[in-house]
Amino acid sequence: MSSSYDAVVIGAGIVGAACAHELAHEGLRVGIVERDIIGGGATAAGMGHVVVMDDSSAQIALTQYSQSLWNELADALPANVEYDRCGTLWIAADEEEMHEVRRKHALYTAAGVPTEILDAQALAEAEPSLRKPLAGALLVPSDAVLYPPCAAACLIAGAQQNRAELVQGKTVLSAHEGNARLSDGTVISAAFIIHATGAGATALLPDLPIKKRKGHLIITDRYPGFVRHQLVELGYLKSAHSVTSDSVAFNVQPRRTGQLLIGSSRQYGAEESQIDHSILASMLERAVEYLPGLGDLSGIRAWTGFRAATPDKLPLIGPTEDPTVYLATGHEGLGITTSLATARLLADSLLNRQPAIPIEPYLPARFAVETAHA
Amino acid sequence: MRERYDILVVGAGPAGIAAATRAAESGKRVGLVDDNFAPGGQIWRGAESASSDIAASWYARLAKARITKLQGWRIFSQPAPGVLRAERNGDYIDLGYDKLILATGARERFLPFPGWTLPNVLGAGGLQALVKSGLPIAGKRVVVAGSGPLLPAVAAYLRKHGARVAAICEQASFSRLAQFATSLVTHPDKLQQAAVYRWQTRGARYHTSCRPVAAHGQGELESVTLRKGSREWTVACDYLACGFHLVPNTELAELLGCAIASGNVKVDEWQATSIPGIYCAGEPTGIGGLELSLMEGEIAGYSASGQTAKAGVLHRKRDKLQKFADRLEATFALDPALRELPQSDTIVCRCEDVRFAAMAQSSSWRAAKLQTRCGMGPCQGRVCGPAAEFLFHWRAESIRPPVFPAPLSGLTEKAQLHTV
Amino acid sequence: MPDRIVLTVNGHALSVERGMSVAAAIMTAGAHCRTSVSGELRGPLCGMGICFECRATVNGVPHSRTCQMLCEQGMEVVSQ
Repeated sequence: MSSSYDAVVIGAGIVGAACAHELAHEGLRVGIVERDIIGGGATAAGMGHVVVMDDSSAQIALTQYSQSLWNELADALPANVEYDRCGTLWIAADEEEMHEVRRKHALYTAAGVPTEILDAQALAEAEPSLRKPLAGALLVPSDAVLYPPCAAACLIAGAQQNRAELVQGKTVLSAHEGNARLSDGTVISAAFIIHATGAGATALLPDLPIKKRKGHLIITDRYPGFVRHQLVELGYLKSAHSVTSDSVAFNVQPRRTGQLLIGSSRQYGAEESQIDHSILASMLERAVEYLPGLGDLSGIRAWTGFRAATPDKLPLIGPTEDPTVYLATGHEGLGITTSLATARLLADSLLNRQPAIPIEPYLPARFAVETAHA
Repeated sequence: MRERYDILVVGAGPAGIAAATRAAESGKRVGLVDDNFAPGGQIWRGAESASSDIAASWYARLAKARITKLQGWRIFSQPAPGVLRAERNGDYIDLGYDKLILATGARERFLPFPGWTLPNVLGAGGLQALVKSGLPIAGKRVVVAGSGPLLPAVAAYLRKHGARVAAICEQASFSRLAQFATSLVTHPDKLQQAAVYRWQTRGARYHTSCRPVAAHGQGELESVTLRKGSREWTVACDYLACGFHLVPNTELAELLGCAIASGNVKVDEWQATSIPGIYCAGEPTGIGGLELSLMEGEIAGYSASGQTAKAGVLHRKRDKLQKFADRLEATFALDPALRELPQSDTIVCRCEDVRFAAMAQSSSWRAAKLQTRCGMGPCQGRVCGPAAEFLFHWRAESIRPPVFPAPLSGLTEKAQLHTV
Repeated sequence: MPDRIVLTVNGHALSVERGMSVAAAIMTAGAHCRTSVSGELRGPLCGMGICFECRATVNGVPHSRTCQMLCEQGMEVVSQ
């Protein structure tokens, strides 16, 4: 490894990998420091969806932009990334939720995201395993699912093809004012240091407004065709939106393997990675309410992961008060989706280019973030 | 409805039978849960009817003891502290306990080689288990290969049931085995057992420093190529019974938080694990064979019942048996040349069909798992994990809950709980 | 209870002795249990319920671990 780069990216999860890929593509000499395995953190634990979400207009802008970038990249991705344009169905259980479906439809349409409203019968035909009666759903055909660890590895490999250098197994002890000090005593200097450290970001930057948000997931054996689209209940956003309480929300995803990936749960203040059986149970009970046959399917593995959550559900992308330190973190449950747009906006910010969408909503300065030395 | 026990014993192989019996004889309310059709684990599979004296006497003790026998129930999760949940044919039962004794036994170690995924290639214990479960073997040609004391035992058993054992192919060297045989002088019963096996498998060549090179067949096994030194030869056969000794089943212990050392559950002289109230006996504490498993089971049963004096009396016998176990392990240690068994396109992870070359690109088990999905199938690495540990010098990490695949309804609180 | 029972394996009737495991019945019938993700035919490996190679569809339930199941009268076993 060299001792000096144009940019050093800390963290080779999906966001760090995307940033490294983008910056290397722009011709910068990039160093990447990953303390463990590529894509081994939240990237490995999460659902791998590429989904447009509308918690705020800034969120819809970022997810839509990033999804279009994924779409452009999709055909060039290797098979092991398993990019699958299965689409999402936002499920309305009753007439009140159908209002929400119509509201979303209008919003997505205005944002340029094609969607289709399905009535109860169309929904039953699209997904026969769902319980009846349900009121209907919003179909977002452009949404996709992928396998994140291989996506991260693919982006890192792409960066390395553009002269990026990866060092693994070393922890960054401090990173500011153009110098990153590693656990083995090495010091790397860089014009730009990018913290793409996810839920662990506060280790190096304790004042960042990032909290860990624990999630549970479970995957089944192979049942091809049981579910065809990603399925999400409309209550998902309420669950993701809450800043204080524990919650579960129905979210099931078909994988290319025919396995079903079942989520979702959110907890604050839970720092242990152990499975909480009562949360897992509630999550499964919620899922069975929508997919009655799910209870008979064989569950083979459950695990947890930690999302990096900010107070306004938007990531931190851009410069800090230290002119050498940039952030690309705080992506909560949208790390996979928004990784490519994050990388693009970060590069725009670094290189003083006009971004494709306004960057202001994601700037760290909105929280008056200080880069206190770790 | 939940059952509550003073002592819950998981696994009704020899160690579990010994533990449950001694705990019940000590006056404790004991539950013995096991996922097989009948008690006995692997070594005493089908042994309720006759077999050796030692099995018969333990079965007699088991029958006399007041124990709730939960046969056919598979433990898959811990829904709350002090409770394990088991499943049988879609029914669930919650088993509460004050003390827990884990006697989860061992499984065979499988090493991949070309053709090993063909139907009719099984483990050595695997083929024996299938025959004990009714598979007809009379008149069939069988090659027994791999490593360990299981090989001659399986060969003898198969021959007794009419199989033609064409060859026994043991990877350990003759000198190692001869050394081990000499050391058996202190265990005359084992020497006699070995002689009996030898006689029972007469006609089958017992090759040492021998390993399988490839299994061949279209759609199912037709022949096996064996190698010894520079000599290779092919044997036509109907079945290949191939396993490379044993590895401990430590999954439940790990999920419960018990400390593991060198792949074995760590226990003190009372068979207590690092978690208060949880004991472990038999193969999960280190592969050691039948007598050691029985002894550890007795010690665990007495210890968990507070009968420390009775447990203490058995320490010396156990230590002697442990020495035998150590010699056993040393004898059947894997030859590094076995790392050459797989070709680059040989499947290593059978659940996900991950080939050797794909796994070899990673630098750790976890990295390989994430990139190739090896170990992410239903067996959670029980088959490919030990193989990967040997082939790549990795440490395969623990599995995630549930400890065995279970219907999702079993992981909810609304699971229909069975009443015993 | 009769000593022999009849079940079907891939639609073909098979008469077996009571106490036979479903995996043993599948092997006796000359059938495979499952097809692997890359299309290989597979049969039982470990015989003790840990390898999952013996999975087949039993009475309509896929991924049933046949080496841990006893044959029952009228059982329908299909390779998966």
